[in-house]
Amino acid sequence: MNYAINTLTRSLNVFHLAGSACNNCDIEILDALTPKYDLERFGVTLVGSIRHADVLLLSGVFNRKSAVRMKEVLAQAPKPYLVIAIGGCPATGLMFKDSYNCDGPPSEYIAIDAFIPGCPPKPEAMISGLVKIIEALRSGALVPGCMARPEQEASYVCQ
Amino acid sequence: MSGAEIFLEFILFPGLLFTALAGLLTSWVDRKVTAMVQMRVGPPLLQPLYDLRKLLIKDTCVPEGGATGLFLVAPLIGFAGVTLASMILWRSLLNTEATFVGDLIVVIYLLVMPALGVILGSFASRNPLASIGGSREIKLMVAYELPLVLAVLVPVIQAGSIRLGDLVAAPSPAGSLSGILALLVCIACMQAKLTIVPFDMPEAETELSGGALIEYSGPPLAIFKLTRAMMLFTLPVLLAALFFGGAMTAPGWLPKVIGLLVWFLLVALTIVIRNTTPRVRTDQAVRFFWGPVSGVAAIAVSLAWAGW
Repeated sequence: MNYAINTLTRSLNVFHLAGSACNNCDIEILDALTPKYDLERFGVTLVGSIRHADVLLLSGVFNRKSAVRMKEVLAQAPKPYLVIAIGGCPATGLMFKDSYNCDGPPSEYIAIDAFIPGCPPKPEAMISGLVKIIEALRSGALVPGCMARPEQEASYVCQ
Repeated sequence: MSGAEIFLEFILFPGLLFTALAGLLTSWVDRKVTAMVQMRVGPPLLQPLYDLRKLLIKDTCVPEGGATGLFLVAPLIGFAGVTLASMILWRSLLNTEATFVGDLIVVIYLLVMPALGVILGSFASRNPLASIGGSREIKLMVAYELPLVLAVLVPVIQAGSIRLGDLVAAPSPAGSLSGILALLVCIACMQAKLTIVPFDMPEAETELSGGALIEYSGPPLAIFKLTRAMMLFTLPVLLAALFFGGAMTAPGWLPKVIGLLVWFLLVALTIVIRNTTPRVRTDQAVRFFWGPVSGVAAIAVSLAWAGW
């Protein structure tokens, strides 16, 4: 097993970036971090700065203005990191897919490592998704995009 | 004592390795007790170690336009300070004859270094949020150092010596009125020195999102976290040594159990305060430390002078 990946999966610090979502996913994310679900059991904690983070949680369809900011935040993340999309919006765009103010869902222009679908996904679904992601990382089935495709990194840099 | 022995003492026991491991254990206790207060399970025993190990494999991001050299050196300042302070403290606890006159002053100064490192690092990172965090840290430091030094004077007056070895060998000041008052002052100052709730304005997750440490990532952040864990271990040890010294250093096993118990109670008190109070504003903290806390400290010093 890759030492770096194993080390990473034992202590995931999460940075949550809401891209003009309808707030339901954001509320469910906060629910998953409350004492009832206790994600700290798995070493998951919420951090306030992208520099401290290992996971960037995206929720919502990013419009043309917030997508620029999101790429800027992504470019500031220290490697290795994971990008996880919460809910249907970042994956498919749902009903905002052909909206005039966005260039499609984020999955079309950045490398997203894992999707946790649902509108919104329940906290249980998120924990289940997280455990699956950790297992996939440890077995080698999932390689973080920032490690597998380093050449994509250049396109994240914002003007 | 040869140079090699001093080096080993600094690196292994009671210096770097011992303090680091004990600090990580203390930070686990902190997180576990916090989890228990919130009625949840909490992190596994090795979680602080996992966090640290993970930070060591992460990239180090250096902010563009910041003072790169100072940014990278700043974590080491506090780290070296707390390691040395812990080493001097433990040497005097293990052998009350082994230390030098005035080492208490050295320890007090060395324990300022972590805060100084955070301030330098925050200003070197050229981030406005970090600058606000740094300036809050300065104000907090100015606020709590006065009552802390006053309160530490009480054991010094009672023992009639400024050598840590004499202080821990003298009868415990916590048995007298002035000692109890000084201990209360020290507990309040310890909370601020560790910059944990209610005095966590420099970091303030909600408004400054990490504050002074916002730009740090990877190994430098790991050193800051380790420094903070070591402070969480060392400060209660210092308080226990100053105020319960006589009860801890007597021969036999019972005093050691008492020492451990006192240390754990101090840590637990810190954690409970942290979990049951909201954050105060900077002006409230300064008013609190320069007003009632300094007043109580001054009363404690006068009482100690009068022999109470």
